[in-house]
Amino acid sequence: MTKTSALSKLYIALVFIFLYAPMAVMTVFSFNGSDSTYIMDGVSLQWYQRLFNDSMTMNALKNTVILAVVSALISTLLGSAAAVGIYNMKNKYLKSSVMTVTNIPMMNPEIVTGISMMLLFVFAGVMLNRKNVLGFATILIAHITFQLPYVILSVLPKLRQSDPSVFEAAQDLGCHPAKAFFKAVLPQIRSGIVAGAIMAFTLSLDDFIISYFTNGPDFQTLPIHIFSMTKKRVKPDMYALSTLIFAVIFILLVLMNIAQSKSDQKQRKQREERV
Amino acid sequence: MKNSSVIQKLINAPYILWSVLFVIAPLIMVIYYAFTDRTGAFTLDNVKSIGDYLSTFILSVGYGAVATLICLIIAYPFAYFLAHTGASFQRMSVMLVMLPMWMSFLIRTYSWMTILGDSGVINSFLGRFGIEPLSMLNTPGAVILGMVYNFLPYMILPIYTVMAKMDGSLIEAAQDLGCGKLHCVKKVILPLSVPGIVSGITMVFVPSVSTFYITQKLGGGQINLIGDVIEGQFQTANNYNLGAALSLLLMVMILICLGVLGYFTDSEDEGGVLI
Repeated sequence: MTKTSALSKLYIALVFIFLYAPMAVMTVFSFNGSDSTYIMDGVSLQWYQRLFNDSMTMNALKNTVILAVVSALISTLLGSAAAVGIYNMKNKYLKSSVMTVTNIPMMNPEIVTGISMMLLFVFAGVMLNRKNVLGFATILIAHITFQLPYVILSVLPKLRQSDPSVFEAAQDLGCHPAKAFFKAVLPQIRSGIVAGAIMAFTLSLDDFIISYFTNGPDFQTLPIHIFSMTKKRVKPDMYALSTLIFAVIFILLVLMNIAQSKSDQKQRKQREERV
Repeated sequence: MKNSSVIQKLINAPYILWSVLFVIAPLIMVIYYAFTDRTGAFTLDNVKSIGDYLSTFILSVGYGAVATLICLIIAYPFAYFLAHTGASFQRMSVMLVMLPMWMSFLIRTYSWMTILGDSGVINSFLGRFGIEPLSMLNTPGAVILGMVYNFLPYMILPIYTVMAKMDGSLIEAAQDLGCGKLHCVKKVILPLSVPGIVSGITMVFVPSVSTFYITQKLGGGQINLIGDVIEGQFQTANNYNLGAALSLLLMVMILICLGVLGYFTDSEDEGGVLI
């Protein structure tokens, strides 16, 4: 038994080495003394310095965050409302066709989603006689569209788990339906909404393919900026940027993990005390 | 009651309107562009010239299938072993599997160039032992590696989710009834993990078939898959009509693949297994 578990640990370790090899390489080369991404030549922090002085990259970073926040906010609001609407739909035919349409952006290859939206915007531009339609508005619409299914699919299960009698009880006790919703239903589905919002936010941060087809020259996001940088020979400053992003995400995840295991321990203790 | 159905409609209207405008209309645009020429007149030329790209399509499906199979072979034992480790180790590992998904996939793919390049990390390591540099970049192997690397987490997570939820007593029962270890995997574990495998296959196959960045960087532009051709029509050749026709075919092909895959699994509740 111990032999197999040692082997399985080794296998897990090997897969992690594969997953993290590029990250390790990237981190090491971000401290390179020369501008090569192939040969290490001394250690320096110059690429980090250059990164913070690079207004293009900083601007792209700002755009990415703005886009992610705005699109996640709108898609969370719209998606949560849609989930409540779909959950309460009486017409079965309508319900299943709405669910099918909801699944389309998740099933379609991203390149097709991106292209179909680009064609729509270009077509609308021709109709409206405007030349440069692609910009902040179009990329925002595109991001909201591909985030919506994820929000809806993380809120819907919570609605199914929720207890409908609480909503009815609130109304019987004289609550206006809207108030009853906010007081009785919302707390039950809050975790699904939060999970959907986080998902939407992170999807937007990292999206390249759909942004690539719907962005305009005056609103570049970080992945688009990175793409144009990797067309030429990449300097270690891109590695420095990714190392920083990696560090931030890693710290956030570790903190979340610690918080989670602490709350688990607390629950366990409480349960033991009760027993 | 009348009042609530008005509210119901008010909740549903924005999302349905959004879906019609930004999910269905873009798909209609793809069809419209596929069957018209530059002037907007009806034509079948684009559909006819798809024939020239048939071999590209077949090649793309081949690459996608190989990458998906390798992902499955790596991910299945990984998920199985992981599901049998301690709770806190599992939680940390799942986070480590998800972490790369939140980082720019462009940079992660690019760093493989640093690892595989002619003067890259592997070759300079081999060089110390006097081994001639291997040319690994710009080969089919490098492209497959890029696909496997990028999409492996999408295979691991759904399979792991199924494994973690699996009822341990079923396995014990099988063993009590005289089932050998391998036989038990075949008769109990494998059938129970089919939903996870199916959603993993979908989540790896679709982006692999339609990728264009991985082939550009790790294939050095020598391997042209359908994603590259479509991207080229939109970003360099500016032939939106042909690009739309190819996207349409890609979409139909993937829908057929998903349909075939869905045929092999019993219909689950809507949505299926999502991460």
